[in-house]
Amino acid sequence: MARALWKGNEALAEAAIRAGVDAFFGYPITPQTELLEYMARRMPELGRVFLQAESEIAAINMVYGAACAGARAMTSSSSPGISLMQEGLSYIAGSEVPCVVVDIMRGGPGLGNIQPSQADYFQLTRSAGHGDFHPLVLAPATLQEAVDLMYASFDLAFKYRTIVIIAGDGALGQMMEPVEMPPMRPPPPDRPDWAVFGAKGRPPRAITSLYLDAEELEQVNQRLQAKLKVIAANEQRWECYLTEDAEYLVVAFGTVARIAKSAVRAARAAGVRAGLFRPISLWPYPAEALSRLIGQMRGVLVVEMNAGQMLEDVRMAVCGRTPLRFLGRMGGVIPMPDEIAAEIVYMARTRQHGNRHGAQRLLQFKE
Amino acid sequence: METSIIISGFGGQGALFAGQVLAHAAMESGKEVTWIPSYGPEMRGGTAHCTVVIGDEPIGSPLVRNPHCVIAMNLPSVDKYEPLVAVGGRLLYDSTLVKRPLRRTDILGVAIPAHDIALRCGSQQLVNIAMLGALLALCPLVELAAVEQALRAHLPERHAELLRPNILALHAGAAYIREQRIAVS
Repeated sequence: MARALWKGNEALAEAAIRAGVDAFFGYPITPQTELLEYMARRMPELGRVFLQAESEIAAINMVYGAACAGARAMTSSSSPGISLMQEGLSYIAGSEVPCVVVDIMRGGPGLGNIQPSQADYFQLTRSAGHGDFHPLVLAPATLQEAVDLMYASFDLAFKYRTIVIIAGDGALGQMMEPVEMPPMRPPPPDRPDWAVFGAKGRPPRAITSLYLDAEELEQVNQRLQAKLKVIAANEQRWECYLTEDAEYLVVAFGTVARIAKSAVRAARAAGVRAGLFRPISLWPYPAEALSRLIGQMRGVLVVEMNAGQMLEDVRMAVCGRTPLRFLGRMGGVIPMPDEIAAEIVYMARTRQHGNRHGAQRLLQFKE
Repeated sequence: METSIIISGFGGQGALFAGQVLAHAAMESGKEVTWIPSYGPEMRGGTAHCTVVIGDEPIGSPLVRNPHCVIAMNLPSVDKYEPLVAVGGRLLYDSTLVKRPLRRTDILGVAIPAHDIALRCGSQQLVNIAMLGALLALCPLVELAAVEQALRAHLPERHAELLRPNILALHAGAAYIREQRIAVS
């Protein structure tokens, strides 16, 4: 199949269609709206369900209902909309039904703005709703990877009966890049053996997240946790870039990671042996893979479009073995390659790790 | 080797579209490419710009602070990007709208009477593609034929009558540079 130039949001939508999504429910919000617009056009053409709900709360509950019936259901939104979906996501997790959610993150808190951000890392990876659970969170850095992860997401969601979240940001949603689309797969004709769609000719089934008996709910919790352990063992994904001989490591995900790649190349041109560790799964976090790299590093730089959220996962993996620096931009500001490269070179030249730049827009925490 | 281009102008001048046409042409020429727009509130009336990065390897950052080439279609764009163009880079500006001389001496600044060229080709809507033609005459990133092909494939249906004028403007912009005998690199 030939490469074509796609816009991020539309590429995600087409990849979901080719992965056999049965039903899309959503509510428009910048910088994600093109995904919904694309679905509005294409899903009815294919005889599948597109429904623009009256709110994000309605949309996620429609996803919940369709998922209970065994459909490949999804929604997409951006940060404030995902906040509205938290209750529904928790019910979906508690009911152990599969679904896929795309979050094209924007600046916050509150209405914030419509520029790219990674400020919802905690919200997505720690739980994405009340109660004890984690969605599987995947963070693509290129449009090809976004398409490939989207294409795999329904199989993952159904395999584990879990929520899969594709975590992007405004830059990923709005940019264009060549993409090779995977082949079209129609939605599977058979419903899973747990789905509820009318019990004619078989014993009835029930799907619920309500367990009034404490002992019974604890058993459900234990089953959920056991499943999460399996996901954590099986589904860690990451990329190492120029790490083999690296002495200084950048850790970044999503859009920032691809910017950091340019910075790593620039730092190498300046004589610093730099490398990049890029988590692709944000939950489960590829902590062991990162930990294995730390022994050879003289310094680690974490770069994010937030105040230091993945930093906590890196800190746990590094465990005090090497100095840690942090560069964060917020409010929809995207760190530039020269800015990251300057941090890498500074780290290598001085091997000092306090806040010496004094530039207030740079958040650098002494570790 | 990556080359970064920023195209900037008033909303409605077609800065984003010119960037998309360049990106399509680059991809069809077997290059790696990214295109990223400004999509903030400025889309609704103020200045709009996009960044295109073209290379032989997969592109890292789709954004750059110091672009190799800038197409500035109005004065605010010149004011914003003149200080940012990489040393030795190129700043092409529409001399119809931008009357002040450039301050930098370490870049190649090229005044293009793009408005006049566009009118000669049939419409002032063609400034963006005339400027793109001029850029490609200065920096042969892709063949003009690839851009023509991209225009044929991606000019919106509602502007179908502007296809020929766009192709004319592309070549007229390139011809202007050749007539000026500006060194190509």
